[in-house]
Amino acid sequence: MIRLSAITRVFHMGGQEVRALNSISIDIASGEYVSIMGPSGSGKSTLLNVIGLLDRSDSGHYELDGTDVTDLSENERARVRREKIGFVFQSFHLVPRLTAAENIALPLILEGLAPAERKSRVDAALDAFDLRDRAHHRPAELSGGQRQRVAIARATILRPTALLADEPTGNLDHRIGAEVMALLEGLHHAGTTLIVVTHDRELGARAHRHIAMRDGEIVADEK
Amino acid sequence: MNLRDTLILSFTTVASYRTRSLLIVLAMALGVAAVVVLTALGDGARRYVVGQFSSLGTNLVIVLPGRAETTGGFPGAALGQTPRDLTLEDARFVGQLPQVRRYAPLNVGVAELTAGGRLREVTVLGSTAELLPIRSMKLAQGSFLAHGSERSAQIVLGSQLAREFFPDGKVIGQRIRLGDSRFLVSGVLAVQGESMGFNSDEITIIPIAYAQELFNTESLFRILVEARSRNAIEPAKAAITHVLKLRHDGEEDVTVITQDAVLETFDRILRALTLGVAGIAAISLAVAGILVMNVMLVAVAQRTSEIGLLKAIGATAADIRRLFFAEALWLSLAGGAIGFALGHFGAWMIRLAYPLLPAWPPTWASVAGVATALLTGILASLLPAARAAKLDPVLALSGK
Repeated sequence: MIRLSAITRVFHMGGQEVRALNSISIDIASGEYVSIMGPSGSGKSTLLNVIGLLDRSDSGHYELDGTDVTDLSENERARVRREKIGFVFQSFHLVPRLTAAENIALPLILEGLAPAERKSRVDAALDAFDLRDRAHHRPAELSGGQRQRVAIARATILRPTALLADEPTGNLDHRIGAEVMALLEGLHHAGTTLIVVTHDRELGARAHRHIAMRDGEIVADEK
Repeated sequence: MNLRDTLILSFTTVASYRTRSLLIVLAMALGVAAVVVLTALGDGARRYVVGQFSSLGTNLVIVLPGRAETTGGFPGAALGQTPRDLTLEDARFVGQLPQVRRYAPLNVGVAELTAGGRLREVTVLGSTAELLPIRSMKLAQGSFLAHGSERSAQIVLGSQLAREFFPDGKVIGQRIRLGDSRFLVSGVLAVQGESMGFNSDEITIIPIAYAQELFNTESLFRILVEARSRNAIEPAKAAITHVLKLRHDGEEDVTVITQDAVLETFDRILRALTLGVAGIAAISLAVAGILVMNVMLVAVAQRTSEIGLLKAIGATAADIRRLFFAEALWLSLAGGAIGFALGHFGAWMIRLAYPLLPAWPPTWASVAGVATALLTGILASLLPAARAAKLDPVLALSGK
């Protein structure tokens, strides 16, 4: 489903070339549960951003769901992100002015769904993520675990094929982090491809496939 | 993202940054209000002046003795010449012209009015029955000078004089002494107030022949002429000049002015003035526009990670641009509306404080004020919106 061939991403920092991704090739099948691990600066977040079409590669090819998405225009990339990708971030990235329900509805608004349809979908998501009584609270009034649940609900509201999580438990304590991971894994069991970037070994070990990176290259890929 | 959601979402943003939004709206509103109030003042002054002139009568042509013209000669030459008198006979000839509907000769002087043991100095107008329609004056009671009444000793009093001399209200038919002659009060003018620095409530009007006798003069002060129509004003002016030149041995020694010309000049000057103050007020709107731009740029910087998030969940560059655009639209719409209301309220206060000044904001100014607010707001949002839309999602998400 995700097929990267010889993807290279170069950053220029103070006149120096940094190869964040150096000719990376991987295949990730639909429904896989993959962890990407490595020290900071190893390129794991860049890899996730390229997979999520947030970042472009400087060379190489990227095929998603059988279509070549390497050279899509900015607008087309936005559409693919909306329809096929769900992002979960370490710092949640909720819009502070909007309530939990409104944050969850954002992708539906961007998609242009009618309010009635939006409401039923958001209600279902609030139930599924146990947020019903928090629906009208703003992020500042929610606990860390609740915030990440809102973020996950938002990431999955349009039923993406791939869920990309960048240190999803980084800002949570151990117990809450485990709950969030259980939630993500539940989504994986329901068929979503789950890719988690982390430098937490314990967390990475829970995945079914472990990719290790260093200096922009894949040093290990084990199932 | 559809238009409705864009508007709702941007409104939520505007509403949640309360202080920021209030300040921008205030700046916008003050700009619009300034345009509305200042043009109301300018246009009010214009209407006031035009109204004052119009109250003198319509299609009015005024004949003055003497040339109001400087010649190239040395000063003494002009000073040495005495213009020929403008006489009642001249006035009659003017009245015969086909372009003239009616005419009224006029003499003005001051005399002592005595009645019932009271005495005061009053302004005396000597004229004929036609003065009433020409000057669009109205009577409160009794009748004006009768037609062909040059020789009947009747007098018309201004409303205030009537009150002062006859507090009991019985005025008509009373005898009154003006100078050395006795007059019968035939009518009282309606209250008109001051017009062109001339209080018609404190004047008396007597037949022209008596006035010339009283002031011992053959010469008229003015001839007031009403042309048959607006189009007849210029021909009437030419004909009057011509006939008086013929009567004065080929000497063009009278000045004929039309109210229209004076009126038009004032109208033009005051319109230009109104436009000028509107322009000055519009500058404050431009300043408000710059404020909007500044605040929007700060907003883009503040919300960088939020913009990154919107892009990550699939917002296109156009979506982001429209969101900021709509935000500016809301701000300037609110500013324009509040400024409109504030300006009209201010104009109303002015009218309340100065009832004589018709300080109504002209429609064009209200429309232009609000439109300028919208336009500057939208223009000011273009740059910040473009900047937001161009943000790289990866950098934006990391807050850089």
